[in-house]
Amino acid sequence: MAAPVFLDYVDPWINWDWLSNHVPLVLGYLGAHVELTAIAVGVALAISLPIGIVAQRRRTWRGPVLTLFGIFYTIPSIALFALLIPYTGLGTLTSEIGLVGYAMLILTRNVIVGLDAVPRDVIDAANGMGYRPFARLLRVELPLALPTIFAGVRIATVTTIGLITITAVIGQDSLGQLILTGLTENFHTPLVVGTALSILLAFVADLALAFGQRFAVPWAR
Amino acid sequence: MDILAKVVQWFTDPAHWAGSDGVPTRLAEHLRLSAESVLIGMVIALPIGIVLGHYGRFGNVAINISNVGRAIPSFALLVLSFQVFGLGDAPIIISLTALAIPPMVTNSYVAMREVDPDIKDAARGMGYRELAQILRIEIPLAVPLLMAGIRTSAVQVVATATLAALIAGGGFGRYIIDGLAQFDYTKLMAGAILVAVLALATELGLAALERVLVPRGIRLMSVPATKRVAFKAA
Repeated sequence: MAAPVFLDYVDPWINWDWLSNHVPLVLGYLGAHVELTAIAVGVALAISLPIGIVAQRRRTWRGPVLTLFGIFYTIPSIALFALLIPYTGLGTLTSEIGLVGYAMLILTRNVIVGLDAVPRDVIDAANGMGYRPFARLLRVELPLALPTIFAGVRIATVTTIGLITITAVIGQDSLGQLILTGLTENFHTPLVVGTALSILLAFVADLALAFGQRFAVPWAR
Repeated sequence: MDILAKVVQWFTDPAHWAGSDGVPTRLAEHLRLSAESVLIGMVIALPIGIVLGHYGRFGNVAINISNVGRAIPSFALLVLSFQVFGLGDAPIIISLTALAIPPMVTNSYVAMREVDPDIKDAARGMGYRELAQILRIEIPLAVPLLMAGIRTSAVQVVATATLAALIAGGGFGRYIIDGLAQFDYTKLMAGAILVAVLALATELGLAALERVLVPRGIRLMSVPATKRVAFKAA
């Protein structure tokens, strides 16, 4: 006895018809993903730079700051989102609090490590040339620490792009929504498209930052 | 009633400490899935990282593994694994194992690279053969960072095992996913606290275990765990 035709249907990994009909949807999620990443890494950098500079200068701050961020970093994102939901609701604010917090550990640590690596001789020379502490920081130490800070930005960006997919569970728009749709509707195409675009975005962002670094920090070769 | 008071009430309710949806059962599920994945991952990842780090070649392989590991979203990996392997523990353990590998490869690579070259030369001069040098000199000195890599993996796996509830798995993630689906914020918060405490306990517990197991003399000369390469998958 022949089985009904619809039972023979095998869900392909990519259904091109679905994809061509859903280009605006996919691009919308991609745009949201990029926006969430840019805000998270931007805000985290704006906070981490001053905190990292102060923590590097004051030995007593360093341990507590890194321990505190380390503890925060250990908390699973889904648990953090769940803890925040009753207070900040479902969606963007809750997502960004978590994403910014996680990016802060990586960035703060790299700011400290980068400033630590500035040779003592260079600082002595700058002092001898009459630099005041703030000018020395801005014109001598930060430029030398910039490659390490840039490396931190790259790691934070790639990590954030991956973490964002989880925010789909709390209703945030991103490529994660395609992965979630793939799960709830048992439909391969959005799952594959969402996963592939998320990985691709991470690599493109990493390459773009590496390229940007060559222009921004020519003294580091 | 205040949400925190409700959460306290949730934890003191004996009904939540018994049965198949009770905290002890969910804890056992969460720990079993995580432990199996980390152990399988260790068997695969540690030899790769140790060998790559010892020879010091293929450094870009170790770095690429860490980049790829960061770029692949853990959530996507779980769902893809579920679509390929279906229901059950297998898709969960396969994807958690895959997640456990990059942090251990990268950290064990760095751990072996950072062993003081003078000590390696001394070992060579004393007549150590290569295998004996790896096993008796380099690995002991690399232990703090090797352990840091294992801790990083374990914390990532415990965190991602929470998401296994999305593909019908057990563990503490059940409370979070069910709490979200049922708009039951008390259950959601209770699950979140359990998961956060378990992740912190994993990190601190393994660190304490290391302090007991690693002799003080080794720790003084070894590669510091502050060289740890960070990963955040979930």
